[in-house]
Amino acid sequence: MIKALIARIKQGYRTIPFPAADMKLSPRFLGLPKVKSLKLDKAAAACPYGAITSGAGLDMGRCVFCGDCAKAAPEAVEFSRDYRLCARNPVDLLIGKEDFKRAEALGAELRGIFGRSFRLRQVCAGGCAACEADCNVLQTLGFDMGRFGIQFVASPRHADGILVTGPVTKNMELALRKTYAAVSSPKVVIACGACAIGGGPYAGHEECTGIPKDIPVDLYIPGCPPNPWTILDGILRLIGRIE
Amino acid sequence: MKIETMTRFDFGAADMDSGLFFDAVASRLAAGGRAVAYFALPERGAHRLVMAIAFDRDSRAEVYSSSVSGPFRSLTPSFPQLHLFEREIYEQSGLKPQGHPWLKPIRFNTPGAVPGVADFFTVHGSQVHEVAVGPVHAGVIEPGHFRFQCHGERVFHLEIMLGYQHRGVERKMTGGPDGRSVHYAETLAGDTTVGHAWAYCGAVEALAGVNVPPRAQVLRGLMLELERLANHTGDLGALAGDVAYLPTASFCGRLRGDFLNMSALVCGNRFGRNMLRPGGVNCDLDFALVKELKLRLDNTYRDVANAVSLLWATNSVNDRFDDTGVITKEVAEGLGIVGPAARASGVGLDTRRNFPYGPYEGFTMAVSGSGDVYSRAYVRWLEIQKSAELVAGWLDALPEGPVMADCGELKPGSAALSLVEGWRGQICHFAVTGEDGRFIHYKVVDPSFHNWQALAMALRGGEISDFPLCNKSFNLSYCGRDL
Repeated sequence: MIKALIARIKQGYRTIPFPAADMKLSPRFLGLPKVKSLKLDKAAAACPYGAITSGAGLDMGRCVFCGDCAKAAPEAVEFSRDYRLCARNPVDLLIGKEDFKRAEALGAELRGIFGRSFRLRQVCAGGCAACEADCNVLQTLGFDMGRFGIQFVASPRHADGILVTGPVTKNMELALRKTYAAVSSPKVVIACGACAIGGGPYAGHEECTGIPKDIPVDLYIPGCPPNPWTILDGILRLIGRIE
Repeated sequence: MKIETMTRFDFGAADMDSGLFFDAVASRLAAGGRAVAYFALPERGAHRLVMAIAFDRDSRAEVYSSSVSGPFRSLTPSFPQLHLFEREIYEQSGLKPQGHPWLKPIRFNTPGAVPGVADFFTVHGSQVHEVAVGPVHAGVIEPGHFRFQCHGERVFHLEIMLGYQHRGVERKMTGGPDGRSVHYAETLAGDTTVGHAWAYCGAVEALAGVNVPPRAQVLRGLMLELERLANHTGDLGALAGDVAYLPTASFCGRLRGDFLNMSALVCGNRFGRNMLRPGGVNCDLDFALVKELKLRLDNTYRDVANAVSLLWATNSVNDRFDDTGVITKEVAEGLGIVGPAARASGVGLDTRRNFPYGPYEGFTMAVSGSGDVYSRAYVRWLEIQKSAELVAGWLDALPEGPVMADCGELKPGSAALSLVEGWRGQICHFAVTGEDGRFIHYKVVDPSFHNWQALAMALRGGEISDFPLCNKSFNLSYCGRDL
């Protein structure tokens, strides 16, 4: 017991303040892309996922943040270190010349219900389990999302919504539908990671179906996988804790 | 046919008559060989069966192949290590291994297959009951279906049915390499991004005949060991959590992230994405970064040592770890399991030592154990110490020079066997090129493919409440197996 107490003192207080002006992300972190010119032919040619369209911009929903476009066409695309990438609407994920429109909060009524206590059932539906790892880490003491009243729960019956990761394989579609149906209304759906938004690296695979059209998505979290802070920022914006 | 790993070889030379093939591989497996890959490659209306066999202690790899057009002889009854390979061949090609004890789907990707719907092994008798779990589990974890045959709390048998994560990666690798191939490799199993990316790069570089610069090799080693450090630390924390010992659970949860952030410092991504590319690595280290990494490694390692030491000094933890989920050496060898789980059962197999590649020339490490959860946990701790030592050594003596070499076209009509010791165990990529120098087949064998059956065996005679603990002591990948 005494050893555990000494260790507790040695390990120190590790919860990281959030949000803070400097989140101490890696200087090489690829965050919010900036489109400097809409002449994007060269950048588009470098993207294996068709995320870039010349004249339109870069679609963060299809981007895996590999940075190949910025290398091929540094005059047209660059990545900032801004980790705040979430949007309520898929069209907002298209980065052109205008400022990025970040996710807005749910309506006043839902904010009233979820704002101080928000429980999510995570559904892993394909994918590589990196998104899941970065969701899991939000429960550790460094990120500690519990301090905002947010928690992942075991049963969909205890949840206020689902957070979906992965491209939704055919083999997981039914399980996803059942889990969604088991959550009582009003409920929220969060698509976390490039796979859940648009298939990610597996876009176009016949083995994957994507989130079914009749399950409406309320929040899109881009990234492959998204940084944990990106996920936390998105959820907090959704329930109106950050503006 | 004897081959060198990480080196291109003439694929046609491995071919032999089908009668001879089964006798040859059976005699090699009986002589102590371990199948690292066994698959059917579609070929002009027929299939070619290919088996790669490793003799780990002799650092020897061999490949055999033969054309078959119909049912073939199952070797599973004599060599259980082939059971899942043969089921996979049947599911992917329709070729029936005759005499296989139980041919069941493994990924449920054929027309009409419904995931999780298959015959399960059942136990009958009064008071025997069945517990079914999944595909959606209680935690933030990948999907899979588990069936326990129980009497009270005692587990007679556990059957694990996966396939929910099947997203068709292997199929899509065929026709490459292209812009997406390396991303497929990086996402075969997200927590093994560096391991699989290295295996992929190794295969491509072998086929292209390119030499990776020494500095790039060492930087790959650095990333691979950071990946190992992060996952082993996280798993020791999770094991502590599963026996309700919260100090280590919470400390290690944070420390795992500190290792991930060191990877991010190098390449911008916590999982090591976008770092390894055929020919070398994308990011280099400068003096300041080396200094920062050293500082962080020292601090993080010190805290890990502190957090983990609590485990071994706590009786309640030892009591739960000891003798739980035992995999004997005999079972481990029979099933051909790999990685820390195999080493914890006394199987001396480590790709870094048996088939050294890149910066691992001269690698040695003595590990053994009695095959229980305690051994699997303790092996992780030994490996953490070794990885930290390797990383510190490399940071002190980084070779000078470039970090990327030009990787040209792949040689047509060739093959390469790429073996890398990921944190879960041996990763095998087997690439075959056609006449145009593109992949006509790309076979991936994640360590989990070998090891899932070991988890099922670990539960035999145990209690349902041992399951989370045993599961975490292996911490296998669903997506790496389902592909």
